[in-house]
Amino acid sequence: MKIGVPKEVHGGERRVATTPEVAGQLIKLGFEVAIQSGAGGAAHFSDAAYTEAGVKVVENAKAIWDESDIILKVRAPEFNPDLNTDEINLLHEKQVIITFLWPAQNPELLKQLAEKKVTAIAMDSVPRISRAQKLDALSSMANIAGYRAVVEAAQHFGRFFTGQITAAGKIPPAKVLVIGAGVAGLAAIGAATSMGAIVRSFDTRPEVKEQVESMNAEFLLLDFEEEGAGTGGYAKVMSEEFIKAEMELFAEQAKEVDIIITTALIPGKPAPELITADMVASMKDGSVIVDLAAEQGGNCKLTEADQVTKVHGVSIIGYTNLPSRLAAQSSQLYGTNLRYLLSDMCPEKDGNVVVDMEDEVVRGATVVKDGEVTWPPPAPKLSAAPPKPAEKPQEEQPVQEVEEKPSLVGPVLAFGVGGLALLGLGAVAPPSFMAHFTVFVLACFVGYMVIWNVTPALHTPLMSVTNAISSIIIIGALLQISSGEKLIVGLAGLAALITAINITGGFAVTRRMLEMFRK
Amino acid sequence: MSQGIVTASYIGATILFILALGGLSHPETSRRGNLYGITGMALALLVTIANVTANWGILVGGLLIGGTIGLILARRVQMTEMPELVAILHSLVGLAAVLVGFANFMDPTVHFEDSGEQKIHDIETYLGILIGAVTFSGSVIAFGKLSGKMSGNPILLPARHWLNLGLLLTTIWVGKMFVEQSAAGSGLIPLLIMTGIALLFGIHMVVSIGGADMPVVISMLNSYSGWAAAATGFMLNNDLLIVTGALVGSSGAILSYIMCRAMNRKFLAVIAGGFGTTTGASTADAGEQGEVVALDAPEVANLLADSKEVMIVPGYGMAVAQAQHIVCEITKALKAKKVNVRFGIHPVAGRMPGHMNVLLAEAKVPYDIVYEMDEINDDFPNIDVSIVVGANDIVNPSAQTDPDSPISGMPVLEVWKSKTTIVLKRSMATGYAGVQNPLFFKENTRMLFGDAKSSLDAVFKNL
Repeated sequence: MKIGVPKEVHGGERRVATTPEVAGQLIKLGFEVAIQSGAGGAAHFSDAAYTEAGVKVVENAKAIWDESDIILKVRAPEFNPDLNTDEINLLHEKQVIITFLWPAQNPELLKQLAEKKVTAIAMDSVPRISRAQKLDALSSMANIAGYRAVVEAAQHFGRFFTGQITAAGKIPPAKVLVIGAGVAGLAAIGAATSMGAIVRSFDTRPEVKEQVESMNAEFLLLDFEEEGAGTGGYAKVMSEEFIKAEMELFAEQAKEVDIIITTALIPGKPAPELITADMVASMKDGSVIVDLAAEQGGNCKLTEADQVTKVHGVSIIGYTNLPSRLAAQSSQLYGTNLRYLLSDMCPEKDGNVVVDMEDEVVRGATVVKDGEVTWPPPAPKLSAAPPKPAEKPQEEQPVQEVEEKPSLVGPVLAFGVGGLALLGLGAVAPPSFMAHFTVFVLACFVGYMVIWNVTPALHTPLMSVTNAISSIIIIGALLQISSGEKLIVGLAGLAALITAINITGGFAVTRRMLEMFRK
Repeated sequence: MSQGIVTASYIGATILFILALGGLSHPETSRRGNLYGITGMALALLVTIANVTANWGILVGGLLIGGTIGLILARRVQMTEMPELVAILHSLVGLAAVLVGFANFMDPTVHFEDSGEQKIHDIETYLGILIGAVTFSGSVIAFGKLSGKMSGNPILLPARHWLNLGLLLTTIWVGKMFVEQSAAGSGLIPLLIMTGIALLFGIHMVVSIGGADMPVVISMLNSYSGWAAAATGFMLNNDLLIVTGALVGSSGAILSYIMCRAMNRKFLAVIAGGFGTTTGASTADAGEQGEVVALDAPEVANLLADSKEVMIVPGYGMAVAQAQHIVCEITKALKAKKVNVRFGIHPVAGRMPGHMNVLLAEAKVPYDIVYEMDEINDDFPNIDVSIVVGANDIVNPSAQTDPDSPISGMPVLEVWKSKTTIVLKRSMATGYAGVQNPLFFKENTRMLFGDAKSSLDAVFKNL
């Protein structure tokens, strides 16, 4: 099947839906790939690089739309000023379009797509289950946005992130508060800590505490009992009391920190307002707020989408195109997500995609199938949050303790039986036997003491050396070999021969092994 | 030579043997320990040979031929084949015990005035041959299984426990018969019958044990070979044999105990056999656990090069693929990049106790970066990348989480606690326990499919 990648027409969009590297892998899957000339230019992928990867570079955008079976895009279809028509009109029946569509926000678009009798797969609707992680484009983009948010903050922040003691005085480290520890939040935490800042983070979902702490950031805890995890690993709307406590925490933090990065989003809802105008006013002059929720209305009251506003000396950054500002990186990740989706949909690796509605992932992402709106999909059941541990561990603990308590019955019984057996043996056995038996028992104890000291690393040499010394049985053969009986001599001779194998073999191989153990 | 000198020499040999085993407490002292062992053996042989009065030709010939064969074997054996070699050497001890037992029984000069002593002596002879025969046939089967000449899967006869019990009772009954007949001057026939039964018993015991339990079997046979020597010692009234046999026997018993504990299994359950067959229930529900994420060699190389703490967990798969040398090369390359590489060894990794240590030592991995499970298990949260080379059951988290799992309660290396775990595996097949491994489906686990050696070769090239 033919894949076509048109140039993005959205203003300021610099991403492209495939890179030369990814295209090469698509071609390996059996697809033919064509790209509109200059489509990768803004992300620094030249036409030449695409050609080299085996991609057909086409001048005419119309030709891409007309001749491809599958269209890969970044932004949802919109008006194309070059062709002077809406991209929807360029689609034709049976075509598959894979892109970000935001079906919840664009019901009208879905209807139009359905009328064109195409199949539309929304990369933003891939269900959040572990199997679909590799094609989770939202996570890829959020990761980039989080990183870029720190870079933008650094640009507007007048000081170092890291603390230093220089000849010219002491520089305190910047304090960064990251609200919302999802993918974007964690990426921001990672970027900010690696630049040397002191990072704190807050999230309504307590299970992310561990993740935050694993990135050397401090997790701010609310003294409040409420579970914030909704389905699909996203956050949910919290109760009023919770929000009140939360706001108090933010107000307190706002006075102290230099940079606030907000990433709080609840799917299908306007972004919660977390930073009020008062909080902004209470921040130090020169502080920076980066609002990653700007597109959904912003977590900060004063955010303006796509703008940097200055209020009371605080820069509030409301860029909504952060991934596009890191176009090469985001194109590569997005392209790879697309490639995974296509390879999942192309099980035969023959360049033919199958839209398998039985597949949970494909089902979730497919919003229009052959002219029918199939959105919303049935809800995914799995949450990314770990299932609540059952009460089991607490129950098991006491049981184990009971088991571990040394019982007196065992040793007493063992000693009793052992003692009786010894007495019984002593009563019937002749004295010469008992003398040997004494030696035997003592030797067992010596062996017991010595062997426990052997380091486990040397257990194999231990076996080979015990093997060699157990061939001491050769003495039995040697004592008998002087006998006059031919049969006995034969048996003894044979025994001597095989034990000799064992003695030399055992010692020699032990030596060989021990020679190898070097520091 | 006077009996006093002989006894004194035997005491010396005994002490030297104990020192030889004691030396193994540390690799530094172990080489000297081995020398003590050789000296002790030489001393014991010299004084005993000095008392030989006839048939020098057979004796010297046997010793020379046997000694040469032994040396050649020791030189030629590959380190990965150590379990096979140890198994076949055990069988020789067992066979020798049988031969010496028969020779002693037929020796007309061995005679006791006291009927009680005669009885005891007969029982000793009987036991010596019995243990020797079990050791012999069991070791031969173990050798066959380990060397791949026989299937490693347990072969389970119906009603095998009853069969074992029946064999045991028959042995006791035949023993009683033997003691009675021996007192009357005959008894060879019951002895032969018992030897046959013991051989069958040894075969049956080992064929019913699965591949993963091989470390227990080998240590157990090691123990048996010691007890066979001790029983022979009783028979010959020879304290050196008794002491040495007891040392070896307890050594093997302790090893068996350690191995069983490392698998959280009861010794009797292992010996009764059948591991990996009663697990159908658990494997069935282990079907859909999620998806594995596969990496290719360059990605693994990048991951390794970017980490600070790497832990390598080898298993039997490393031995099969002979991958220990490339593992060492990778270790060296990473160390040059200031990556701290360590090895975590599970007690039952491989097919015999200490198998992995020997392989790593062969590849010249310094032993001070090779750690035991107990030493290292708490460190996993600090590890950036754990590499599991051809291991499965010993890194299975369900041993801790799933009380219904057949390996539940077995101590395992907690590799999943490290930031990333890379599992090298040929396919998604289960380990010897036949249990699905949830490790492969964990979020921070990456799979590198393929033969361990060629995969690691590719990783090394990319480092």
